[in-house]
Amino acid sequence: MTAARLLGTVALTFLGLLLVTFLIGRVVPIDPVLAAVGDRAPAAVYERVRIELGLDLPLYHQFWIYCTRVLGGDFGNSVMTANTVLDDIKRVFPATLELASVATIIGVALGVPMGVIAAVNRDRWQDQVIRVAGLVGYSVPVFWLGLVGLLLFYARLGWVAGPGRLDVAFDDLVAPVTGVILIDSAMAGEWEVFASAFSHVILPAAILGYFSLAYISRMTRSFMLEQLRQEYITTARVKGLSERRVVWRHALGNVMVPLITVIALSYANLLEGSVLTETVFAWPGLGQYITSSLFSADMNAVLGGTIVVGSVFIGINMLSDVLYRLVDPRAR
Amino acid sequence: MKRTALLLAAALAVASPFAAADAATPKDTIVMAKQIDDIISLDPAESFEFSGSEAVGNVYEKLIAYDLKNVSRLYGQLADTWYVGGDGKTYTFKLRQGIKFHSGNEMTAEDAAYSLQRAVIMNKTPAFILTQFGLSKDNAKDKIRAVDKYTLTIETGQAVAPTFFYYCMTAVVASIVDSKVVQQHDQNGDMGNAWLKTNSAGSGPFKLVSWKANDAYVLERNDNYWGGSKAFARRVVVRHIPEPATQRLLLEKGDVDFARNLTKDQLDAIADSPHIATQEALKGSILYLGLNQKNPNLSKPEVREALKWLVDYEGIEKNILRGTYKLHEAFLPQGFFGALADKPYKFDLDKAKALLAKAGLANGFSVTMDTRNLSPYTDVAQAIQASWAKAGVKLELIPADGRQTLTKYRARQHDIYIGNWGPDYQDPHTNAETYAMNEDNTDNARSKTLAWRNAWDIPAMTAKTKAAVLETDAKKREQTYLELQREHQQSSPFIIMYQQVEVSAARKGVTGFIMGPSFDNNLYHAIKK
Repeated sequence: MTAARLLGTVALTFLGLLLVTFLIGRVVPIDPVLAAVGDRAPAAVYERVRIELGLDLPLYHQFWIYCTRVLGGDFGNSVMTANTVLDDIKRVFPATLELASVATIIGVALGVPMGVIAAVNRDRWQDQVIRVAGLVGYSVPVFWLGLVGLLLFYARLGWVAGPGRLDVAFDDLVAPVTGVILIDSAMAGEWEVFASAFSHVILPAAILGYFSLAYISRMTRSFMLEQLRQEYITTARVKGLSERRVVWRHALGNVMVPLITVIALSYANLLEGSVLTETVFAWPGLGQYITSSLFSADMNAVLGGTIVVGSVFIGINMLSDVLYRLVDPRAR
Repeated sequence: MKRTALLLAAALAVASPFAAADAATPKDTIVMAKQIDDIISLDPAESFEFSGSEAVGNVYEKLIAYDLKNVSRLYGQLADTWYVGGDGKTYTFKLRQGIKFHSGNEMTAEDAAYSLQRAVIMNKTPAFILTQFGLSKDNAKDKIRAVDKYTLTIETGQAVAPTFFYYCMTAVVASIVDSKVVQQHDQNGDMGNAWLKTNSAGSGPFKLVSWKANDAYVLERNDNYWGGSKAFARRVVVRHIPEPATQRLLLEKGDVDFARNLTKDQLDAIADSPHIATQEALKGSILYLGLNQKNPNLSKPEVREALKWLVDYEGIEKNILRGTYKLHEAFLPQGFFGALADKPYKFDLDKAKALLAKAGLANGFSVTMDTRNLSPYTDVAQAIQASWAKAGVKLELIPADGRQTLTKYRARQHDIYIGNWGPDYQDPHTNAETYAMNEDNTDNARSKTLAWRNAWDIPAMTAKTKAAVLETDAKKREQTYLELQREHQQSSPFIIMYQQVEVSAARKGVTGFIMGPSFDNNLYHAIKK
């Protein structure tokens, strides 16, 4: 795909995203004015806000305003938080980024080796164990795992900290630079804060990581099986290379290419905000932001959030495409 | 999330004997777990949600306030004395001297005048509490005036019951702000609104440090509090923890000092805990059914009455609501001036059947109810569905999100709506107006009270309710409200069932949380541990 075609696809996808989000916002049987004024507002205030929100205009006009504003980076104000939606997203997105990144690191660090081991030991007990573990991770609801994890590791064993991103004592101690507390506290040299943040993030990240591990290990296994059947592997073995070198260097090296897409997709999935995990762990991230906006009919926030999620998806897909071409010369 | 709660309950039962029990919050910091996603703004002239009112109530003060144990007794907070002139329209407040705002500025009548003018001119949602006295954007500066440094006068459009005016002045919207600080933060003529949403300029025992929507708000002790006894806690952190099961877990572990949204099941489960104590306060919110009079069956007086006899009030309280709601059948909540304590209705199948037969519906009829998909609404609705079925009334529940049911209700497109209504201020007129007044029953009416929403056309009762506000003789006024409520109980399309009880669970040893009858008087300054 040429760069121009790629951009064209992205633009078209984005336009589709705008249209869909706009229509969702207008079709739901919820009155957005209510979200702004509450249930007890007198008729005059209600009417004024309706006009302020532009809801008296014809639909196509509203869509036009919506498009021009969004393209200008203006998602409007959130009636729920009183901030601009962009500011809100800048605040909640790093929390999700932090959670999703740690989760992905865990998922990749464990999932790839597990997939390789499973493939090498195909149909033996190692393979069975890994496949069952993966299946469980894939089929058990994450919020349930979250609750059980909280009860076991937080309430009963006390190994990790509970819900939230930080202990209360450390709130506001480190000025937000990136918004990712692990990075900010490390940069500021506040290691106690770092430890607290780590203790808070590790459990939800491990649970999400388990979920992505299941997917990553399964895909790694099938990619590896395909590679191990190839002739060059046989050749390598015949040449007397150690089995370790054959598997981890040659085969895995070639598997890395399709794996990048798998990892990128699972990362994008986590960034979209794992709503239930964020709710269970009171994690103030994007998933929680979008759901609570939805529940309070804060349509600007819902649409803004959805567009960001969509853009992240598009962006990560594009990035994995580019990486793919860098790693695999044949795709150039 | 009911499933979540059940799972947690089961798992906790296994885990709790082993759970470590040491509180981990800093000694001088109070941490609460609470659902605070309803906050829209912490500007007192705009804030009108339950959680926002609570925060604002700890940061700002009003001219006058009411005794939390005896609401009928008013006392001066920032005002020393106050009186109404002979015309019944000019109210004068003499302010206390030497009161300092958080900034160190002295509070004067200028601040008081500015604060009230500001609320009227900005005209945000709660502004009607002030504008109903004939105050408007155009006349606010003439009618609300600082006569001298410590004297404020307010002139109302017409003479009303003085208590009505005073109770409105105890509402959050009448909080006094530091006019100098607020004016410094004016952005494009917004009278400091954008800034005050997340900052504070008050005189109360706490100042606002930060509010991050859906995350937390943080208050810090005002060390120069004029009231003398400054707050015990240096910091109060209120964390947004949406899931009650998580709140319970945090409380049991000691990571928070308070859990504020525990449900009945969770309260039952912690009842015997040696580490946790609960406290409750009767709030003004009322749980009721609204029967739309546009539905021909529901508009028959016999049917309305029959349905009132068909609710198992006691059973529902005992099995679903215990500890969180209390039986109450009149539109004025207990604790209000003129509240009626009579509970004439109980479950009586024979009486209901006879009434239905009289209405020509001996075999019952079918009807729908819009139900918010949230506890306890769904559970109460299901219980009602079961008891109505006994008389042949086939009730279909339409569960939906709160905003969705509300949108439908406000458009008068429901048959029956199950809802909760909290008073806007402490005077009986607030609920009388909404439940018993409907000045214009057309779809485009200006005033859309609950009576209007249920299309209940009542010119006579409307006139009587309007007259009650003008009655300056307190005894007569009380009588009028009692009569109104009796009549309302019999004839209205409202099945009023319960009054809310707010429950707060705290770690043992954490004491001093004051819970008043309204959400803005849940006070933190006396909390210590």
